[in-house]
Amino acid sequence: MIELRDIYKIYSDGDSEIRALDGVTMTVEQGEFVAIVGQSGSGKSTCMNIIGCLDIPTSGSYHLNGIDVSTMNEIELSHIRNQTLGFIFQQYNLLPKLNLLENVELPLIYRGLSPKEREEKAKIALERVGLLDRAKKMPSQLSGGQQQRVSIARALAGEPPVILADEPTGALDSKTGRDVLDFIKKLNDEGTTIVLITHDMSIAEEAKRIIRIQDGKIISDMPGRRNAL
Amino acid sequence: MNMKQSFILALKSLKTSKMRSFLTMLGIIIGVASVIILTSMVDSMKQLMVDKFESMGTNLITVSISGRGGNRRVEPEDMLKLVEEKDTLQAVSPNITIPAYIKNNNENQSVNCIGTSETYHEINNIGIESGRYLSYMDVERRQKNCVIGSYVAKNVFQGTNPIGQIIKLNGNSFTVVGVAEEKAGGTQGSQDDRVYLPYTVARTLTFISRVSNYTFSAADKNELEQAIADIENALFKVYQSEDFYNVISVSAIVDTLDELTGTLTLILVGIAGISLLVGGIGIMNIMLVSVTERTREIGVRKSLGATPWNILSQFVVEAATTSGCGGVLGIVLGIGGAYALCSLMDMPTVITLGSIIIAFSVSAVIGIAFGYFPARKAARLNPIDALRHD
Ligand SMILES: Nc1ncnc2c1ncn2[C@@H]1O[C@H](COP(=O)(O)OP(=O)(O)O)[C@@H](O)[C@H]1O
Ligand SMILES: [Mg+2]
Repeated sequence: MIELRDIYKIYSDGDSEIRALDGVTMTVEQGEFVAIVGQSGSGKSTCMNIIGCLDIPTSGSYHLNGIDVSTMNEIELSHIRNQTLGFIFQQYNLLPKLNLLENVELPLIYRGLSPKEREEKAKIALERVGLLDRAKKMPSQLSGGQQQRVSIARALAGEPPVILADEPTGALDSKTGRDVLDFIKKLNDEGTTIVLITHDMSIAEEAKRIIRIQDGKIISDMPGRRNAL
Repeated sequence: MNMKQSFILALKSLKTSKMRSFLTMLGIIIGVASVIILTSMVDSMKQLMVDKFESMGTNLITVSISGRGGNRRVEPEDMLKLVEEKDTLQAVSPNITIPAYIKNNNENQSVNCIGTSETYHEINNIGIESGRYLSYMDVERRQKNCVIGSYVAKNVFQGTNPIGQIIKLNGNSFTVVGVAEEKAGGTQGSQDDRVYLPYTVARTLTFISRVSNYTFSAADKNELEQAIADIENALFKVYQSEDFYNVISVSAIVDTLDELTGTLTLILVGIAGISLLVGGIGIMNIMLVSVTERTREIGVRKSLGATPWNILSQFVVEAATTSGCGGVLGIVLGIGGAYALCSLMDMPTVITLGSIIIAFSVSAVIGIAFGYFPARKAARLNPIDALRHD
């Protein structure tokens, strides 16, 4: 369902140019759990932002569910981000002035659901991450792990077929990081396609498939340990 | 629905940063308040003048004859005949104003003397405090009777009953037959400092014996135009030119006043409008800052599926809410200020709903207009650049 072909992302400042992505080709099928690993600066986030329709490649083609993303306008892209994709960021990116419930409701608002439907679905999502009892709390009143769980609830509230997670455990200690990872695994078991980005090999090994990236190029693509089990 | 949420969010952020919101709204507050205060002052002033004129009688018509027009002339009898002929006219009184001195304790004091007929007090809404007004017989028989204003009564008779007493005007003795009700605060030189005489007598006291002023009352306020036309036609027949006479009604004066104050209001509102404009620029400035501060929020919202329109409307609603709140505060301040100033200046306070509605809608429109540019900037942000912003 995700098809990248010969993707380049080139930043040029002055004379020097940085090839954040240097000819990436990959396909991710529905239900997969792919980890993209690589050192800091290797181009992982750039890759995920292109998959997430947040960024546009310099060249190459990207088909999502068979549709060429480069032909879509801003409004169509918004709908894709709203309905097909769910994002989990390293820095959680919760809106500080909204309480947890309102944060989780955001994608549902942009989907145009009625207030009642929104609240119902948002509550189910919060329930799933075990934070329903704090629905009216503000993000600043939570620990990092809890905030990340809220951002997961926000990503899955609209039940998107694909969840993209950029270093979701990067800001957490290893114990809470593990909990978050377990939760993501559970989502995959339920059928959600996961693209997880990490620089940590031990986390990547939890995925079904591991893509190694270095200097904007894919250097290996192999099954993960979980797949072998 | 998204609008409603934006509105609630905007109210929330106004509440959480009160000082900044207040400073943002200050221009709008001052602009709206000054629009309301200024229009209210003009309206109050106008009301005061209109009331004063209308207390003279709204169906009052004043005729002044300026030229002699050869040997053509009108006499009071002609005017009386005109009133009898025309249904539109109710009554007429000649009025002859003569400068006079009244003797008070062996001292001559100047007083306004007006020669009238017996209908004058009705035409001019002059009430009688005690005694009676001049009668037909007084006029016909040239009786040396007079009616005095409240100031004269107070000044000359010092609390004793003036009815039946004698006063001396320019050396002639007059019997006081009535005292007029107080009309202008009972002060010297005002309408209350007057003596009314039969015009037939007044004519003999001055060497200009021709009557050049008349006051008419129209039978019906709604047929004032026709009444004026009837008088003008009659005078034109005599003088064959419009240059020799002038017919004015209180309503015409009030109309002129309306026009004048309308223009004045426009000018003042224009000046206050500049302050609203400055207020709008203040809002735009803060909104631009807000867009920069919240770039990351915009990125997050876009990553969750917000369309450019969603972002645009969020910021426009926020700007409109801010300036709308400023508008409400300005209205409150304006109404308070108008009451305070009017009571300070001893005027009745007139605040029209129209000025409030205009002031409020202008402030909301300013919010939308000046919020649009920053909002468009926010809506056009590239999602990834916005997300990376810190
Ligand atoms: N907006 C940008 N302008 C210039 N260079 C960028 C920009 N974004 C990313 N890069 C560069 O592209 C490369 C890949 O970045 P990124 O995808 O964020 O790496 P990773 O997520 O693997 O750490 C880095 O060298 C980075 O400096
Ligand atoms: Mg990264």
